[in-house]
Amino acid sequence: MIDILIDVMLMSFLAITAIAIIRIRNLFAVIMLFGIFSLLSAAVFVVLDAADVAFTEAAVGGGISTVLMLATLALTRQQEEKPPAHTQWLPLTVVVFTGAILVYGTLDMPAFGDPDAPAQQHVAPYYIEKSQTDTGVPNMVTAVLASYRGFDTLGEVTVIFTAGVGVLLLIGSNLFKRRRDEDES
Amino acid sequence: MELILSHYNYWIVIFLMMAGFYTVISRGNLVKKIVGLNIFQVSVFLLYISIGNVEGGTAPIVIEGAEKYSNPLPHVLILTAIVVGIATTALALALVVRIREAYGTIEEEEIHEQDQSL
Repeated sequence: MIDILIDVMLMSFLAITAIAIIRIRNLFAVIMLFGIFSLLSAAVFVVLDAADVAFTEAAVGGGISTVLMLATLALTRQQEEKPPAHTQWLPLTVVVFTGAILVYGTLDMPAFGDPDAPAQQHVAPYYIEKSQTDTGVPNMVTAVLASYRGFDTLGEVTVIFTAGVGVLLLIGSNLFKRRRDEDES
Repeated sequence: MELILSHYNYWIVIFLMMAGFYTVISRGNLVKKIVGLNIFQVSVFLLYISIGNVEGGTAPIVIEGAEKYSNPLPHVLILTAIVVGIATTALALALVVRIREAYGTIEEEEIHEQDQSL
């Protein structure tokens, strides 16, 4: 019961933080609030028994992406967001309509934490029972990530490498050129 | 009451999803749009982890005396998604820096005006 209570509290905090992010115009404050948002979601992951995900979200979402956004803010030297030029009615209508349809879709979903939900029935019991004997790793998440789906994780490294090359091509070459221009002049 | 407690997580997830979506479509500032995309992303993570949760279960690490574990498969999927998410965020932020170099602004309206005046 206490688990549910903490979960409800933290989820409500997340919703409040999201509203604050929408309303605040100062970009520095928005990015800081996003860091808080990531940290809160990491806390929710701990309550929902996903310790590995919580570590990663706290380090990557709360840490690296906040730092990257702050670096972008420093490079673009823009502090305030301009007030929107159009009326907000069209986006608001679209969002409320989509949200209402999605809420309607959740009504016949299995209850939160239901052990008989379809998601818990098919392949999951195999990994829970066999991963220890198959791989010798007590942590099932690590066993699946690094052993059963090792090649997939290797592919993930390729994705990060591609993104890194992309970032370097977008910003790096320009910085290089500017330095060369300064040397010549 | 029963329905609210058993579906509260899903509804908050939908609220966050729509908050992110609204930020993306209604705000002109590119950094703010990326923050909105990230909120959307985190809401999807929360949806998956909520679905994987089992009442009375523990974290999926084998220990003596534990009978029920939460479903480890959504956790694995979301770990991968978080890492891919940071890669796409970094690329998007690099594009913002590049746009600022080319146009001198990161407001969508001003970029459109400059494009039309050419």
